[in-house]
Amino acid sequence: MAGNMGRALISLPAKAKRGAVIEIRAMIAHPMETGYRPDSQGRLAPRDIVNRFECLFEGEQVFAADLFPAMSANPYLSFTMRVDAGGELAFRWRDDSGAMAEEKRRIEVE
Amino acid sequence: MIRCPSHTPTRRQVIAAGAGFAGLMLAPSAQATPQEMEKAILAFTGGVKPKEGRVTVDIPVLLESGASVPTKVSVQSAMQGDDFVTSLAVFNEKNPQPNVAVFHFSARSGQAAVQTRIRLGDSQKIVAIAKMRDGSYYMGAIEVIVTLPACAEDA
Repeated sequence: MAGNMGRALISLPAKAKRGAVIEIRAMIAHPMETGYRPDSQGRLAPRDIVNRFECLFEGEQVFAADLFPAMSANPYLSFTMRVDAGGELAFRWRDDSGAMAEEKRRIEVE
Repeated sequence: MIRCPSHTPTRRQVIAAGAGFAGLMLAPSAQATPQEMEKAILAFTGGVKPKEGRVTVDIPVLLESGASVPTKVSVQSAMQGDDFVTSLAVFNEKNPQPNVAVFHFSARSGQAAVQTRIRLGDSQKIVAIAKMRDGSYYMGAIEVIVTLPACAEDA
């Protein structure tokens, strides 16, 4: 954990009705260096992007994304999940340098 | 008039040089082309031509900046049984690479809808392709105009 991987922001409701489909928003600070951009020396800055994002509920994949340089800096994703039970959500990002970031959140049913 | 090929080229030479120069101009920024996008789409579908419909790509049509373009892709689907979107891929015509992202859904997804922010290097067509569980593919597209491309900015 280091390099370009920054702080993550996650937004989801703390509670949801059983069977409700909720929106989950996840963003991480990362420059998403495309590999096509010259740096201050005029050389192409090497590519370093977040290439994979996963959201797991109790260890089971809910949503995943393979990302390419066309994703904006600080990649933002909003997706949905049907809430059948309360439990723990894990959010994982991986970048080209191999750096990983993980965040965890709980959701309860009401 | 003295004919000097290097200074007063013929029409044919001008056209040839123009083509070469255009190539040079493109080389450093290495733009994808509509053909490359087509190839990338067929690579995703395994050669199947996607059917039109069911997929919506929602982007403001006129964009001041291409650096961070709010983009919503969604598929009309019950997300149950065979009417289930397993993945949804987004492609572009004119960025350096035709791929933007591939989203993977699960039985817990409830909806096949994603919002994100993308980079656009030029005014172009954005295409989204949905892969259904029954092996069929659907597509939707939108044409957008970008006044300041992503590559012009640092971020």
